[in-house]
Amino acid sequence: MTVYLFAILGVFAILSALMVVLTKNPIHSILYLVLTFFAIAGEYVLLNAQFLAIVNIIVYAGAIMVLFLFVVMLLNLNQETEPHKSVLRKLIAVIAAGLLLVVLVGSLKGADNMSIKPFSQNTGLIENLGKVLFNDFLLPFEVSAILFLAAMVGAVMLGKKDIK
Amino acid sequence: MNQAIHTIPLDWYILLSSILFCIGVMGVLFRRNAIIIFMSIELMLNAVNLLLVAFSAYHNDAAGQVFVFFTMAVAAAEIAVGLAILVVVYRNTKSTDIDVLNRLKG
Repeated sequence: MTVYLFAILGVFAILSALMVVLTKNPIHSILYLVLTFFAIAGEYVLLNAQFLAIVNIIVYAGAIMVLFLFVVMLLNLNQETEPHKSVLRKLIAVIAAGLLLVVLVGSLKGADNMSIKPFSQNTGLIENLGKVLFNDFLLPFEVSAILFLAAMVGAVMLGKKDIK
Repeated sequence: MNQAIHTIPLDWYILLSSILFCIGVMGVLFRRNAIIIFMSIELMLNAVNLLLVAFSAYHNDAAGQVFVFFTMAVAAAEIAVGLAILVVVYRNTKSTDIDVLNRLKG
């Protein structure tokens, strides 16, 4: 059963990721990307990482994609204003990505004896993650707050019409 | 559930996230709209997140999932600044086509 779920979610994620790249309309691309994020959140649930599944939906499918949608609608982008690359450059892009995939899969072949520890049910639960986050990673957590402040100030400064 | 997670080989997760990462790379090379390129970068970040979570679950180490949490925070900050830059670019050039931005070319 788990294998079928993995396969369905994986195919769903790959197909919607392909549609993100291939659709002409930017709004449709964003909606397909939301679908991809939901499929990836499903994979997180299969890996028993419930906290990250919820955070993925809230942060990516919720906050970031709404930001993208607002910008696309603000700039009034649609199918007519969409720039196009020549067929040759598209072919080169597909070939380059395919070669990268071949290299990644080829490097996977040599790494067949990875040690796998027995499964523990509470690795991905919020209680365990909170302990690790606030014991071992407290300083990076505080630094990320400063990063957010800097990003917020930067976004506001860039968004202003004329900087005096 | 205890045994269910190990019915899927770890290789499958590596394969899935490799494919998603390569689709992201293809998107960056394939499209000229800067917003779609940003979204392809998000796709690549998510592929790497999936790989980190898979390794974390199979190696029983929560540090990987905390790292994914930080990746999401950095991605959110990056997108906020990146989209602000895109809006400024659009205001100046009336287009989000990245090929318009060639003024640094010698």
